[in-house]
Amino acid sequence: MPEAYIYDAVRTPRGRGKPDGSLHEVSSLGLAVTALAALKERNGLDGAGVDDVILGCVDPVGEAGGDIARAAAISAGYGYEVPGVQINRFCASGLDSVNFAAAQIMSGQHELTIGGGVESMSRVGIGASGGAWPVDPAIAIPSYFMPQGVSADLIATKYGFSRDDVDAYAVQSQQRAARAWEEKRFAKSIVPVKDVNGLTILDRDEHMRPSTDMQSLAALKPSFAFLAEQAGFDAVAIQAHPDVEKLSHVHHAGNSSGIVDGAAAVLLGSREVGERHGLKPRARVRAFANIGSEPALMLTGPVDVTKKLLTKAGMSLSDIDLIEVNEAFAAVVLRFMQAFGIDDGRVNVNGGAIALGHPLGATGAMLIGTAIDELERSGKATALVTLCIGAGMGTATIIERV
Amino acid sequence: MNLVNFRFETGADGVALLTWDMPDRSMNVITFEVMDELEKVIDEVARNPEIKGCVIASGKAAFSGGADLSMLQKSAVEYAKAVREQGEEAAMKQFFEGARKLSLLYRKLETNGKPFAIAIRGTCLGGAFELALACHYRVLADTEKTKVGLPEIKVGLFPGAGGTQRVARLMQTGEALQLLFKGEQLKPAKAKSAGLVHELAPENEIVDRARAFIVNGGKGKAPWDVEGFKPPSGRVYSPGGMMVWPAANAIYRRETFDNYPAAKAILHSVFEGLQLPFDLGLRVEARWFAHILRSRQAAAMIRSLFLSKNELEKGAHRPKEIPPAKFAKIGVLGAGFMGAGVAYVSALAGIEVVLIDRDQESADKGKAVIDKLVSGQVSRGRATAADKEALLARVTATADYDKLAGADLIVEAVFEERGVKAEVTKKAQEVVGPDVIFASNTSTLPITSLAETSLKPENFVGIHFFSPVEKMLLVEVIRGKKTSDRAVATALDFVRVLKKTPIVVNDTRGFYANRCVLNFVREGHIMLTEGVPPAMIETAARMAGMPVGPLSLNDEIALDLAWKIHLATKKDLGEAAVDPTQERVLHFMVEQEGRLGRKNGKGFYDYPATGKKSLWPGLSALADKTLDPDEIDVEELKQRFLVVQAAEAARTLFEGVVTDPREADVGSILGFGFAPFTGGTLSYIDGIGTAAFVAICDALAQKYGERFAAPAQLREMAKKGESFYGRYGAQAKAA
Repeated sequence: MPEAYIYDAVRTPRGRGKPDGSLHEVSSLGLAVTALAALKERNGLDGAGVDDVILGCVDPVGEAGGDIARAAAISAGYGYEVPGVQINRFCASGLDSVNFAAAQIMSGQHELTIGGGVESMSRVGIGASGGAWPVDPAIAIPSYFMPQGVSADLIATKYGFSRDDVDAYAVQSQQRAARAWEEKRFAKSIVPVKDVNGLTILDRDEHMRPSTDMQSLAALKPSFAFLAEQAGFDAVAIQAHPDVEKLSHVHHAGNSSGIVDGAAAVLLGSREVGERHGLKPRARVRAFANIGSEPALMLTGPVDVTKKLLTKAGMSLSDIDLIEVNEAFAAVVLRFMQAFGIDDGRVNVNGGAIALGHPLGATGAMLIGTAIDELERSGKATALVTLCIGAGMGTATIIERV
Repeated sequence: MNLVNFRFETGADGVALLTWDMPDRSMNVITFEVMDELEKVIDEVARNPEIKGCVIASGKAAFSGGADLSMLQKSAVEYAKAVREQGEEAAMKQFFEGARKLSLLYRKLETNGKPFAIAIRGTCLGGAFELALACHYRVLADTEKTKVGLPEIKVGLFPGAGGTQRVARLMQTGEALQLLFKGEQLKPAKAKSAGLVHELAPENEIVDRARAFIVNGGKGKAPWDVEGFKPPSGRVYSPGGMMVWPAANAIYRRETFDNYPAAKAILHSVFEGLQLPFDLGLRVEARWFAHILRSRQAAAMIRSLFLSKNELEKGAHRPKEIPPAKFAKIGVLGAGFMGAGVAYVSALAGIEVVLIDRDQESADKGKAVIDKLVSGQVSRGRATAADKEALLARVTATADYDKLAGADLIVEAVFEERGVKAEVTKKAQEVVGPDVIFASNTSTLPITSLAETSLKPENFVGIHFFSPVEKMLLVEVIRGKKTSDRAVATALDFVRVLKKTPIVVNDTRGFYANRCVLNFVREGHIMLTEGVPPAMIETAARMAGMPVGPLSLNDEIALDLAWKIHLATKKDLGEAAVDPTQERVLHFMVEQEGRLGRKNGKGFYDYPATGKKSLWPGLSALADKTLDPDEIDVEELKQRFLVVQAAEAARTLFEGVVTDPREADVGSILGFGFAPFTGGTLSYIDGIGTAAFVAICDALAQKYGERFAAPAQLREMAKKGESFYGRYGAQAKAA
């Protein structure tokens, strides 16, 4: 079986996902093109050799609809012969794009592919693509549909994370992200978003609040308490987990992932294609896996999929030097660490989506870049990237530096 | 036209008047014959060029109660027969066509081309209101007695003749779903403001107003048949839809624990129907209706909550030869919570009540309780100030037994203590004499022994009300060893006057309902000791279909009372009659921790002065071990709660405490809220199948103890392939 190598990874900065965010003026297409064009330029690709461009996007409607990957490939100058496909596995779409690209190479059918993702949450809006899951009784009822924040609160309640626990985790995410920026740890991956004249629109993650502390977070009201009580989701949570007497609503905007705009792209290929193009591999995709998990808890998939992946790869968690668990909500990461009995020493060492933001369809691909950069910086070998996913799923990938 | 159930006449103005007036029935109901005749009328209106349109009215005081439920029940039986004879697919096809017949008929009326207007007075419910919704104009008599609505959900069905589709196109989706979920009956003003009817009018004008709609050129076209129609809440897949549907699905689960397929079918029908053209929406609704009509839950609920309940209320077990008793005046001994409740419901039924207690102050306290109850009704708009005055005037609170003179019935509701009961019985009988029927409201003491303190034990009967009396619909009429048919008949007549539902129970400890309930509560105690998290015990019970968890229930009853009953049973019947785990739990709570339940603010729950109760963390001391909650089989917990009660109910039947499965079923639902979707304790067993139920009992008995052991008679039934309704149903009917 051919190996899948990662030759490069780029991402845009993450703009605040609101009309006052810097990237609000940039279309989804523009974001995707920024990442794809940078990848092409940095690696001296003429475009023609790329077998496929796979982009994750969670709300692929309106300007992000109709196969944005094909549009972005053409617009980024890859040439008409380069196809594109948009995929959607909710929050792991970006990582699944990388995995799908790796799978094409491992199967020997493709030689050079791009995996990535794009989301303009400020322009398209979370939930814009609709879908049966929350609304159609045929799936909402048997899957115990709840808004993700209520599921996150259920995780916190069931596994005993207090408001202080989740807030303390959020403060640390902010501090770590601030340090990472100070020490330019993201510099290798970041591609500024520029206007038609070459003027920089944004070159820095703008969701961060480095001054966040326990006091400032304590002032925030829980985001999901009212909704959960009024709309019946508390009852849904309790019927799914009857050991829970009463939900404790601990999550709020300050300890949940930020809503942001952004895009990312990762270049993958076989060893031979790299040699032909004179590219130096930075990492190898060792293994990846997907899983469905209990849908009411919804966001514990990283635990299940990591167990599955480690077994498949014949590894244990102690073989992993660096772990990126997407910070969808603080409790997701806390539960991951609790389930494996590990501390935060090698988990999200440069902060995560609580500080930096979570551009849904792009985040997974961004985390691959973040992990490679950190492995290279710290001289370590192996990283695990995993994300929790709506409707109860998990995706995980193990990469190792070469 | 040759019509039996209707009169049809066309006026000079070209407007036909169709008067629904079924012979030999006090209330119009939808039957196959009614449907056939209505179809003829629709054809005639559409065909006859002289007819401009048609007004539908009723020749009776009320419009109609809807479809004949026994007709629906029969169709399910016929389906089962057709499956045997023609195979599943053919039978299903035939059943589906039958199930949508009424829906197609109404649609035919709606699209016949000429206007139909309907004039409604009195109740117009279910299928009859669906007829109204298919008419192009609806006029309601603005009277107290006029009520419209779609209550099908209450017997495990849902409006399947276009009701879900039309309501969802007339009202905002959220409000439409609430109306369909609750099965609420609306008064005229509310029906009008909800947009379900067009006009309110004085009763004597409704037909003229309906006629005027047609004369003035009203069109025979429903809003949804007009080009460009948009339902009030817009599209399902829209931001507006996102505001409604996730919450609707969640609230469905909150309210039903996903135990009521008919409620879910409402969601499906509305959700799917709103995305379709009207006729396709009707077809999808019919698919769900056919599905629900064949459901075990609908069959069980129709039988227990409609047919059996009605039969019991009409006196299925009343000795027939005894002439009906009249109640102008009764005496109630004991003005405590129960006595006041009995006095209140009696006065509400128009009976003069003498409410007696040991002194005037105590008696007045009872009357104050009644005042509070009726005042609550007034503030909720369910009674007027005049009603309240009249009701209170019917209640005489006194310590003077002489005032009992002339009473038609005495109800004793004093402390559960033999001495006190004997004394008040004697004092009352000194005034009223030995021939007046004497009823004790005891919940624990055997009637046979209490009767011994009476001058004539044959005139002594038990009438066991449930608390709170004004809310609980069930009454157990207890027949002691010497109780005469006249005493039983009088008790049943009294219950009927109070508009409650009686079951007749032979005299044993705990009678029927409390025996089952005791098993339910005890199972919760045992789970605590097994290490099941208390929250899981409570929620699993409610998921099983019980109205409250066992720990909550026991807190309401009071733990010291449960402890007293436990000790009394042990004293009377010996160690073997009580459960040692139960003893351990109650001893710990009451003797060791002084936790008596809600009454002292601490039981299994803590009851803070403000805010919600929460489970007492100290309960963990009762757990023998700590279990991983995710390893506990919640389905098995649910099953234990229902099986332990159903097995006890079966024992009461085999022991002759109850004699008719209908009474066990209706009694279990109305008396202690046994999972209504099962149809009651014995329908639950029949639904599972006797042999399968015995197998469940065997498995649970092996794992959890002898309390789950199947009675020998049940094993015998399983061997013979008998069900309760098969074995005892016919016999009960013959009696």
